[in-house]
Amino acid sequence: MNRILKKTQLSDDVFQLRVAAPLIAAERKPGQFVILQLDSDFGERIPLTIADADAGEGSITLIFQVVGKTTHRLADLHEGDCIVNLLGPLGQPTHIAKFGTVVAVGGGIGVAPLYPITQALRQAGNRIIIIMGARTQRLLILEREMRALADEFILCTDDGSCGRKALVTEPLKELCARVPKPDLVVAIGPPVMMKFCAETTRPFGVPIVVSLNTIMVDGTGMCGGCRVTVGGVTRFVCVDGPEFDGHQVDFDNMMQRLSAYKKLEDHAYDQCHLEQEIKRQQEAAS
Amino acid sequence: MSHPTPQQLADQARAALKRIGPGCPALKPKERLAIPPQPMPAQDPQSRRRNLREVALGYTPEQARLEALRCWQCKNAACVAGCPVCINIPGFIQAIVEGDFQRSVDIIKEVSLLPAVCGRVCPQEGQCQLTCTVGKALKDVNQAVSIGRLERFVADWEREQGRVQVPPVKPATGRKVAVVGSGPAGITVAADVRREGHTVTIFEAFHKPGGVMVYGIPEFRLPKVIVQKEVETLEQMGVKIHLNFVVGRTRKLLDQLEQDGFDAMFIGVGAGLPKFMNIPGENLVGVFSANEYLTRANLMRAYDFERADTPIFRSTRVAVLGGGNVAMDAARMAVRLGAQEVHLVYRRTEVEMPARVEEVAHAKEEGVIFHILQNAKRILGDAAGRVTGMECLRYELGAPDASGRRRPVEIPGSEFVMDVDTVICAIGNEANPLLRQTTAGLVHNKWGNIVTDENQKTSLDGVYAGGDIVLGAATVILAMGQGRVAAAAINQRLAAQDRPKVLPLEGAENPEISI
Repeated sequence: MNRILKKTQLSDDVFQLRVAAPLIAAERKPGQFVILQLDSDFGERIPLTIADADAGEGSITLIFQVVGKTTHRLADLHEGDCIVNLLGPLGQPTHIAKFGTVVAVGGGIGVAPLYPITQALRQAGNRIIIIMGARTQRLLILEREMRALADEFILCTDDGSCGRKALVTEPLKELCARVPKPDLVVAIGPPVMMKFCAETTRPFGVPIVVSLNTIMVDGTGMCGGCRVTVGGVTRFVCVDGPEFDGHQVDFDNMMQRLSAYKKLEDHAYDQCHLEQEIKRQQEAAS
Repeated sequence: MSHPTPQQLADQARAALKRIGPGCPALKPKERLAIPPQPMPAQDPQSRRRNLREVALGYTPEQARLEALRCWQCKNAACVAGCPVCINIPGFIQAIVEGDFQRSVDIIKEVSLLPAVCGRVCPQEGQCQLTCTVGKALKDVNQAVSIGRLERFVADWEREQGRVQVPPVKPATGRKVAVVGSGPAGITVAADVRREGHTVTIFEAFHKPGGVMVYGIPEFRLPKVIVQKEVETLEQMGVKIHLNFVVGRTRKLLDQLEQDGFDAMFIGVGAGLPKFMNIPGENLVGVFSANEYLTRANLMRAYDFERADTPIFRSTRVAVLGGGNVAMDAARMAVRLGAQEVHLVYRRTEVEMPARVEEVAHAKEEGVIFHILQNAKRILGDAAGRVTGMECLRYELGAPDASGRRRPVEIPGSEFVMDVDTVICAIGNEANPLLRQTTAGLVHNKWGNIVTDENQKTSLDGVYAGGDIVLGAATVILAMGQGRVAAAAINQRLAAQDRPKVLPLEGAENPEISI
């Protein structure tokens, strides 16, 4: 079950896994995610977006950044290993329709969930403008794949190591000022990026959809840990989302909630990292 | 307060039993009334505040016999009428008096599948013990015969003696039934349907089976090994359990029915959508649903700080909102996770609390501070969005409302601030929308609960439902009761259908099938 068919390192700390999961592959739609757990007794359950799927092969593609203990362990798995628990597809699929011109903004690892959504939007006949951004060149992922979907492609890095030296909001603002303005923006990336994309589009009245990745336990609506404030109302990312109207999301509250366990998580990550380093050194020594 | 040790209680029971004499003495009602009600031996409150082990330790055989002797064996058996599944209560109690514990548990199992669970978590004082004649004679429901403790005693005895039998399964019929959810309703349906020889597959969204008995009810009230044992028995009967499978998403319910060859389906997914108060500050860091708090602690084992990867909030001062069993569980869990102060805030009085009397008593013994006739008005936070306090209002009781309970009315201007860093909402659950959103034609009421007929059949042909998704938030025993009704209806439906459906290969897995 859930065997890893292929593992690829996309950048320093970003990995891509193709995992055998025929049921999920058959049902998943763009915008949906899975929850995985690496140990049934003591492992934590983490949500990851589905970057791609091959229903014929019965596999899904997961792309993740090593940010905590579980992603650290996930990165340590090899081809042939199994992900003990994998649940999905979860969340509401993206609303795909012909909107006209759609700007897809992907920041860092956010490009992974953005890819299948952009693919579907293109198939639905939209004109696609892609803005891809990262801190620096080596953190860019899926550049080739995204380029292939774009009618217009804008690349930026914070440090200028590749493409424009700019934050994604700069070209986004320019696009919003164009006549005619874009019909829809889809932005996925770090919360702070999504927040400022929402602020950028707001004065232009350009609608924006964001995909939120919050803390979850069950992923089916049972715990409410993922809740966010949208338009003054509490919504659950797992069953009502993960996509919401970016102009309505209370990003500050969401970011605060994401840091609820920061200290404990950092400690767990450090422990895990240390253990792995010791193991590596011991292996090297023998 | 002195806490009697289990040894003291056992000694007292032995001495009392000696005075009454061996065998089944013919006691007059008055003599039975004179027998002291047997308290439940329990872990000392001070030590249990820091461990997860079960609090109530269970009767000794002497205590059980003595308690059983208190029963009048009334002809009209008012207790049976109070039991949602009509267990032959005088019958199983008499078997305890006679020392035939096996017969006793067998009598219970004629109708109840999960006696070790129900003996622990049933709200007996509102059911069988409420109507008990002994309690009435003593004018105190808390002095009724402890039917639940006796049920637990014989169920535990059977398990501990290794006598739990795997129920016989009839030859394979070739019919397939899907059960959605592995909580008390689902487990009951699976067992009852499997017994008739049908193939049964349980689909469970979590990575462990058991539903609320595993993620919700804490170890200190219901040891997980008991639930595991029930699940093992199901597996030994040949029930398949598909974990990490959320019906409606991993596969649509109607696809399972129409394409995957299931002849009938049972939906027992539980309530599963926590309610919040809809007050300002509810999404601050440090505000949790009891579902989340308890799932982290129970299912994800976050209480094991060293080994568990799932973090849990390290609180100093906790407020729990609500007065039900879940509120007690959350409060007592917070105590065990090291909180210095745990406050339980309830807007009515203790009389109206839906929690079991025993849980309320245990919570108090463990130091949970009760605040009745109070409720949260808003939750206060700092610049980082973390909880710093909770503004509360005081209430008084007004006229009775639709539920018959006196309605709490707020006292204007009575606001005050409670200094807490964590708020846990335990004010109930609503119906989870996932299945109704993804299943066309499944009729539900305005609260989202699935509508069924008296046989638990839904608006869809071949689809049945029971437990909290039908009842709203209820109890294990009611879920089990509905499961029994649904299973009977499913079995009847399948028996009435034309036979034989060509026996698939699965039949070969059943050892009882002869070709």
